Amino acid sequence: MSLQDIEKRTATGPDGEKIHIDPLSDYYSTAVPEAYENHSGIIDKFKNWARAESLWILAFGTGCGAIEMRPLMTPKYDAYRYGIQWRPTPRQSNLFIISGYLSTKTLKRVIRAYEQMPSPKYVMGFGSCTINGGMYFDSYNTINRLDYYIPVDVYVAGCMPRPEALLTGFDKLKERIKEGRGNGANEYAEKFDWYKKNQKKVIEDWDMPDYSW
Amino acid sequence: MNELIEKLRKKYPIKDEVYQRENLTFVSVEKDQAVDLITHLRDYEQFSHLVILTAVDWIEENLFQLTYLLNSPSKKMDIGVRVMIDRSNPEMVSIHHLWAAAATYQRELFEMFGIPFPDSPRLKVPFILEGWKGMPPYRRDFDTLKYSEETFFPRPGRSKKDPAEHMKEMMYPEENGSV
Repeated sequence: MSLQDIEKRTATGPDGEKIHIDPLSDYYSTAVPEAYENHSGIIDKFKNWARAESLWILAFGTGCGAIEMRPLMTPKYDAYRYGIQWRPTPRQSNLFIISGYLSTKTLKRVIRAYEQMPSPKYVMGFGSCTINGGMYFDSYNTINRLDYYIPVDVYVAGCMPRPEALLTGFDKLKERIKEGRGNGANEYAEKFDWYKKNQKKVIEDWDMPDYSW
Repeated sequence: MNELIEKLRKKYPIKDEVYQRENLTFVSVEKDQAVDLITHLRDYEQFSHLVILTAVDWIEENLFQLTYLLNSPSKKMDIGVRVMIDRSNPEMVSIHHLWAAAATYQRELFEMFGIPFPDSPRLKVPFILEGWKGMPPYRRDFDTLKYSEETFFPRPGRSKKDPAEHMKEMMYPEENGSV
């Protein structure tokens, strides 16, 4: 996308009629996200159990972490036996794995992908880069704390962590969800302004709708 | 390689030859002769491949150094052409008519060093830094630490040691009287 794509424009139809297009309101939703309700009853416990046991991953392989994920798909580690599988699109997944450093350019794509995922959704920061910038500390274009831009449920430390560490991370995330603490999407909705403020501080050319699901 | 340099010397005022390896030599040339020399190397000396176009910031001398690294697959040798340009008014003639790929290098140099190459295609389209404002980040007077601390959110609790002092303590503890 570029800034031109979201500018208001006028098109001429086949009969010569003028059509006014405002992409931000015509093509995208302008509604801000809303928190979904969480109860503590038996139904919610069942729901959380089901969510925890079917983690579908959207992997954002920016750095070397993407390589650590591949062995999990092979028979040696076989993450599929835990109900974990990899999906090609944000619309089908509920766990977003950021596996490496994020430059401001990739952060923009991360935010768009995150907002397209259906709630409830979880985020795993994988590797030191997402925690404090890792080896890309004091950089001019690499962010150093992922949780200021999107809510993170679990961090897996290491540079890079081995696939076993990733499996442990999945276990921790499952515990968290079953305890009813996997509320990242709600947190994002409640502190929406704060997250947008941080995102816009870093991303200079904001050429997309504020919320684009 | 020597023969080639001697041959070039008759036609172009080249200087400061650095014989890096048997098949790699760097030569320096003035700004207005550079594109002539590169065109000559491409068309008459079979240096048909542009390996890289990169820049160095010599801030103390107020100069930018551009290095055009050319490769000849048939002669199996490389030649680097170094050009010094004024840092306060950096502008260089584009070579995208010789290699189309040069336009991408020039786009990167414009973004990272602020060296304009007039008439180079898509020069002002952001390459890596989308919406960058202010000083280009690869210039040496750009304060990366300050920019990072102002823009991002550093995690508290980090401690730093001066590398020289730390190594002195580690390697020669008796000088500090700690042993």
